[in-house]
Amino acid sequence: MEEIKEKWTGAVNTVTVGATEKEGGTRKSTVTIGGETTLPFLHFEGSIPYRPALALDVLDNLPEEWPEVLKEPYRDVLDNPAQWAALCEEKYGADMICLRLKSLHPDWGDTAPERAAETVQAVLEATTIPLIIWGCDDPEKDNLALPLCAQAAAGENCLIGFATEDNYKTLAVACLADHHKIVAQSPIDINIAKQVNILISEMGYKPEDIVIDPNTGALGYGIEYTYSIMERIRLAALDGDRMMAMPIICDVGFDSWRTKEAKALKEQFPGWGDEGVRGPLWEAMTAVLLLQAGGDIVNLRHPMALEKVRKQIDALMGNGE
Amino acid sequence: MALTGLDIYKLLPKTNCGDCGSPTCLAFAMKLASKQTSLDECPHVSDEARAKLGSAAQPPIRLVTIGTGDRKVELGNETVLFRHEETFYHQTALAIRLKEDDPESESRVEDINKLRFVRVGEDISVDLVALTEESGDPEKYSAFVERCRANTNLALILVSGSPDCLKAALEKAGDTRPLIYAATAGNLEEMAGLARQYSCPLAVRGKGPEETARLADRIKEIGVEDLVLDTSPASLRDELTDQVIIRRQALKRHFRPLGYPTIAFTDPNTDKFSRALEASVFIAKYAAIVVTDLSEPEYILPLLTTRQNIYTDPQKPIQMEPKLYEVGNPDRSSPLLVTTNFSLTYFTVEGEVEASRIPAYLLIVDTEGTSVLTAWAADKFNAETITRALDESGVVEKLDHKNLVLPGYVAVLSGKLEDESGWKVLVGPKEASGIPKFLKAMKKRSA
Repeated sequence: MEEIKEKWTGAVNTVTVGATEKEGGTRKSTVTIGGETTLPFLHFEGSIPYRPALALDVLDNLPEEWPEVLKEPYRDVLDNPAQWAALCEEKYGADMICLRLKSLHPDWGDTAPERAAETVQAVLEATTIPLIIWGCDDPEKDNLALPLCAQAAAGENCLIGFATEDNYKTLAVACLADHHKIVAQSPIDINIAKQVNILISEMGYKPEDIVIDPNTGALGYGIEYTYSIMERIRLAALDGDRMMAMPIICDVGFDSWRTKEAKALKEQFPGWGDEGVRGPLWEAMTAVLLLQAGGDIVNLRHPMALEKVRKQIDALMGNGE
Repeated sequence: MALTGLDIYKLLPKTNCGDCGSPTCLAFAMKLASKQTSLDECPHVSDEARAKLGSAAQPPIRLVTIGTGDRKVELGNETVLFRHEETFYHQTALAIRLKEDDPESESRVEDINKLRFVRVGEDISVDLVALTEESGDPEKYSAFVERCRANTNLALILVSGSPDCLKAALEKAGDTRPLIYAATAGNLEEMAGLARQYSCPLAVRGKGPEETARLADRIKEIGVEDLVLDTSPASLRDELTDQVIIRRQALKRHFRPLGYPTIAFTDPNTDKFSRALEASVFIAKYAAIVVTDLSEPEYILPLLTTRQNIYTDPQKPIQMEPKLYEVGNPDRSSPLLVTTNFSLTYFTVEGEVEASRIPAYLLIVDTEGTSVLTAWAADKFNAETITRALDESGVVEKLDHKNLVLPGYVAVLSGKLEDESGWKVLVGPKEASGIPKFLKAMKKRSA
């Protein structure tokens, strides 16, 4: 039997998030992702220098709509982002925090941009791991708030999202000025994914500092589209396309906990089994599948999902050759 | 060198008898050229032609059938490494393992029969039960197989290292074409003999792809060709590697000894949650059968959903059943939104309506699974099709108003739709993400 290895010419960019004191920040640890020269977990063929990183979501307003199964692990801290983030780090062992500034949104509180920057500061003070800052998905409010957040976190080398095809300039300028990494989001569309990367790069922002968010469809709700878009992005990267060589972030927690299958109680759907397992498993399985398609950072919500996805990553990384 | 459809056609009987399942010899030749069928399907092909066509006409991964009748399971015949290149054809069969010594095994058969769900209009269910011998006693094992068989019409895998036990079990259930698991270096001749005698598919277990390929080749020489491969990997990492190597060897090198479907087992020594995650990796990465001892619906539903998603043909998007859907608990004053039956469109719109926390009706129009703009461009989402959907849904009886929300991208349809349907059209946002804001503003205005 002849050996069969692909000869890839490209590699995924290596991106580091977070900065220690020595590097001008206050983090005790940093997270480095990317650098793969082969497809996910195919160690026999190329190098996979870094493990995928797992972030836990922290919201800046009380998530009343969350199901009980998801609220339970955070019971006492849901109204306090700093304490919530600290719990994610200390008790649940997240690699990173993804702070979601949802209250900025006109429909969800319409809070002041200054308050978002204060929350960023409070979370940074309460934690020692790298921070992802996630906008509220209202372009106007994000353009007002994210530059303030970038400033408040100057030196910390955060990952800030998200830039889109129609709204990338303000965030790119802010990330450039305060030396943060940027998330480029596209709506499950490989051409737009590339286009956003090009647009951001044309602003003088280094393509090597971009992370792609291809937009996640949850298990049962369009994951097959995300899965194939990610595989195509990764194959393009390995074939040497520099504008597709960015590592990929998957916003799994948000999307999977919107699904009926994750949220529904056993009383409502007796045939679906225990929601205490089903919810976290829906989230974890969405994550594990997207890791097979090339995910480098996964945003999660339930601590059990984090623990079990990490266990899968351990098994797939094995003892490096 | 690969033969073209025309090359192959010249060697066929050219009688267009249809016995192969294709209407004409040319159609059959084309299928052979694209490795979508096997030369064995033609009962009339000459020996000379068979020799000439040889392996060139074989699909790179053999199609193997387990079971008979309605619940038979077809495996293999895959043509690509990535689903976007074409599609994955024969979805991973999910097998639940039942152990002979477990007193609950027989009652669990009943539970397994019930593991059926309907997702986006498709019936999804477990496919196989793997009956594992533990006693070493042919009589006991065959009785166990017989009892299980009587209680399910799912296809079977007979799991045993003992040819005697398997022979006894095959006496009871051989007519259902179970998969025999497994031939190894130590028992290869006996196992292949059983597979031949009972005309059953046979699993081959070696250590790693190389040894497994050698064993498969020897069994083929004995005359058994319906094989399923197991490389007995020691870890999830090795399993993934082996699956990829086997698929690549078969597709890219046309390496016959690995041109068979594969079987993978979840690790019984890890927790259930992790076993489910492992199984999902096997579904994504090429296993034709996944055997697990999980049988609770909270584990099986996500696995069957994974399979449904991964094996969805990228050229044929999942379609929602066109009808009236309720989001939340809508009442007679709730808004009515209209959109197309492309699953992703539906999921996005439904998600946003739910996020708005304003209950609403969602009327899904049959656009053959296309999104709003595509359907509009193809004239499948127009005043007539929407009016027909309104009429057929009976929504008019459920509401105290006659206002509908039309996707912003097709605002141009408003006038004609109002004339045609008699409903008042409100132009909604272009992107689904604008729905919560839109619905809230609507509610405020009407309050």
